[in-house]
Amino acid sequence: MLTLAILVPFVGALVLVTAPGLRATTARALAVATAAVPLALLCFAWSRFSLGGTDFQLVEEMAWVPALGVAWRVGVDGVSLALSLMTGVLFVATIAWPMEQRERERQYYAWFLFLEAASLGLFLTLDLLVFYVFFDLSLVGMFFLIGRWGHGERQAAALKFFIYTFVGSLAILLAIIVLVLRTDPMTFDMRVLIAQQPLAGAGPVATLVFLGFVVGFAIKAPLFPVHTWLPPAHVNAPGPASAILAGVLLKMGTYGMVRMPLQMMRETFAAYALPLAVVALASILWGAFVALGQTSIKRRIAYTSVNHMGYAVLGIAAAGALVAGEEHARQLALTGAVVEMVAHGLITGTLFLLAGSIWARADTYEMDRFGGLAGVAPKLTAATVVAAFASLGLPGLAGFVAEVQIFIGAFAVFPWVAAVGLVGILITAALFLTMLRQVFFGERPVERNAFADVGRVEGAVLLAILALVVVIGVYPAWLLDLVNAATDSAVVGTATVAPGG
Amino acid sequence: MPIGDLAPEIAVLFTAVATLLFAMFAPRRLHVVGAIIALSGLTVAGVLLADQLGRTGTTFSGTFAIDGVGVWARFLILVATGVCVMISPGWFATDRRHGEVYAVFLLSAVGAMALAGAADLMQLVVAVLLSSVTGYTLAAYHRGWAISVEAGMKYFLIGALANAVLVTGVVFVTGMAGVTGYEPLANAFADGLIASPLLVAGLAMVAVGIAYKLGAAPAHTWVPDVAEGAPVPSAAFLTVVPKIGAAVAFARLVTAVPPDALALRPLVATIAAVTMTIGNLAALRQQDVRRLLGWSSVSQAGYVLMAVVVIDLDTGAPTALVAMLGAYTVGNIAAFAVVADLRGRTALSDYSGLAARRPLDAVVLALAFLSLVGIPPTVGFFGKFAVFEVTIAGGYGWLALVAAANTVVSLIYYARVLSPMVFDSSTNGAVAQLDKMTWAAAVATGSAIIALGLTAGLLLDQLADISLL
Repeated sequence: MLTLAILVPFVGALVLVTAPGLRATTARALAVATAAVPLALLCFAWSRFSLGGTDFQLVEEMAWVPALGVAWRVGVDGVSLALSLMTGVLFVATIAWPMEQRERERQYYAWFLFLEAASLGLFLTLDLLVFYVFFDLSLVGMFFLIGRWGHGERQAAALKFFIYTFVGSLAILLAIIVLVLRTDPMTFDMRVLIAQQPLAGAGPVATLVFLGFVVGFAIKAPLFPVHTWLPPAHVNAPGPASAILAGVLLKMGTYGMVRMPLQMMRETFAAYALPLAVVALASILWGAFVALGQTSIKRRIAYTSVNHMGYAVLGIAAAGALVAGEEHARQLALTGAVVEMVAHGLITGTLFLLAGSIWARADTYEMDRFGGLAGVAPKLTAATVVAAFASLGLPGLAGFVAEVQIFIGAFAVFPWVAAVGLVGILITAALFLTMLRQVFFGERPVERNAFADVGRVEGAVLLAILALVVVIGVYPAWLLDLVNAATDSAVVGTATVAPGG
Repeated sequence: MPIGDLAPEIAVLFTAVATLLFAMFAPRRLHVVGAIIALSGLTVAGVLLADQLGRTGTTFSGTFAIDGVGVWARFLILVATGVCVMISPGWFATDRRHGEVYAVFLLSAVGAMALAGAADLMQLVVAVLLSSVTGYTLAAYHRGWAISVEAGMKYFLIGALANAVLVTGVVFVTGMAGVTGYEPLANAFADGLIASPLLVAGLAMVAVGIAYKLGAAPAHTWVPDVAEGAPVPSAAFLTVVPKIGAAVAFARLVTAVPPDALALRPLVATIAAVTMTIGNLAALRQQDVRRLLGWSSVSQAGYVLMAVVVIDLDTGAPTALVAMLGAYTVGNIAAFAVVADLRGRTALSDYSGLAARRPLDAVVLALAFLSLVGIPPTVGFFGKFAVFEVTIAGGYGWLALVAAANTVVSLIYYARVLSPMVFDSSTNGAVAQLDKMTWAAAVATGSAIIALGLTAGLLLDQLADISLL
């Protein structure tokens, strides 16, 4: 079933590429329908998922390279199920979202489906080598989407993205190889690696491997100071691609950080949890301050991603610190981090889709070229206001649920880091409010009088995602239960522990 | 003397003679039949070779090794030669000496096969010379074109020097150790042969001689010139086929020297690191795609050498060597097949917007480049992954780090071709195509990049237990 969720979009992509003479509208309809299949399958998987069950459920296994211990293994725990559900939702939304430049539609939708397959594969696989394969495939897919359908300096931005994150992926590959070589018999099975902790007590080797993982995933997440590929990639990418980049691809970094360093190298992680928390703090502050200084709507949103991923990593770092007696706080931090990933995916995805519509209508992202859009585009305004408030962490919306847990958890473990980190929340509020004021309220330039509001499809997509944001904000229990089922054992470090917390 | 052990080589040799005789008597418009004769002969040789699968041992008084690595490498040589033959009829159709080119290809392939089996220093010399002499001819095949002649000349001059160094090195080693075979040499080391300076110098010189065939530092400078100037089918051949033989020959030489007797492995590791770094840095600034491919082929030789470094240090090294060689062969030949299909189009700027006009060629070239970088699920990923793994397991972690850094650099120059090709929409007029057979070769190798990548699991399992004597 999970295998099918990965295969269907791949096949869909292949069909779109090889079917000539397919009209643009048909291609889009086909793509939306194909993207909906994995979402439905994942919802079904969710209904079969037992909260009190073993760590990884719904496992499917097929031998691939027995000599190396590589196999096609898929399965989910609470973390990966939550993230892949979010991925499924976001892909349906972005594919349904109208294209900015209508050219080569078939290939455009094919790349999106390809990317969906790669992303789902990454979250669902339980094999490290397969994980790496999907990690790289996601780079290739995004490289082509930015380079082909982006605008402005698209080629340079696509290349910078590709090379930067490829450095990270090679660091991860080397780390994976060293980690796996320590197992006997050699295996890439994540479950075995988590159980065996192959590098426990390995000294400097463990540190190097940890560094490889952290650098690789920090580039992807991205954390300060290796975030510089992100702004150009976002600014020049088409809106829907940006939404996927921020919503799904960045999560691969934080997801990887949970799965590999945190779960497979518990001991080493604990030793370096504080430095990691400090890096996360730097990202929180740097992302917030630099975002505040941006004059372009999209750049501003892009930098808030650095800030938000900083929160997520702070939560992960707090969860990995082996502070005695704080198990509950650490679990809270990790749950918060995972919820932050889901929330950030939905919220920032929406914001980038909205930025994309603004570009499609005005051909610019510069805030001072806008004003008073609330008068001509009330629906667009309403959606942006909700998404922005969710992003700055207003209670009752998804972002708040995540951040409050991260900070409660982090305060117990790293009180000073968490205290300074709170400044980030303040700045984020300021930067979103100033952006809303500048773009949607105040005096409207004459050239914006004909600014069109969102269309029917856009409206439906926005309504669906934002409804989800509100639901998570108001009644988060279902999501928290799901995530808690996994974070419990991840933090405590034993096999299966009764859920709850 | 079991002559049947050399049946594949003999088959290729006879085919070479047959194509030569045919070319002498057939009119030029029928010379394309030579390609068909050559392909048939290569197929026969492949079938004969399949008979040797699973065998491990030496033949002809210990001078020729038949083992897993050797058989697979010779198989690769046959396949690569076959693809080069496929892209030749279109390319050489207007050449007066069209028919003879197949004979030279086949003879050169015999040289490379002999190189892959060489278990004796004398045999090594013979193989290198056979492979080189035919190589000079192939590089300078366009007699009337200065750049081709220059390529041949450069190949010849560096080759003459490298071969002289090789022969001198062989003399030193033989003089000091008293034997020429690798097995007796290993036994001599086991019996307490002292690593005298002359012996060390001799082995280093032999290494330089093999590095020349492999296109590795310090004898790599011919590669970009040949890639740029030689006829494209020859360039494809010379940057792949002799390298396969040379890599295996290098591995055999390293095996003959126990790690604690003499520091040959650190030397090879240094050669590997220098080769990949030079190749990649030089490729960065190329404005000529064929030259760029030449430098990329230098850097790939460095990755191949990583497996040679850890041979005998990690049990997976022979598998990794064959996997990396196979991946490199498919990727590099696919790239050259596309260049040939585009009638040798070579300026970087001429590739911009190609995807819109010649989608299939662009896709194959993109796949070839991604495979050479090592992006999954192409076959290149599995080659590189295998090599990285054995290098780390064999205790050469620093070399894996250097290789990883180099891989990133290589992505930059491949992307310099790739990204204008796919993303630019400018049209530079019509794109001429060579012929159907070349196109078929490009598509076949391009599909192989993906197909072999997807079935890498099965292949790696097949290769898991192969041995190197």
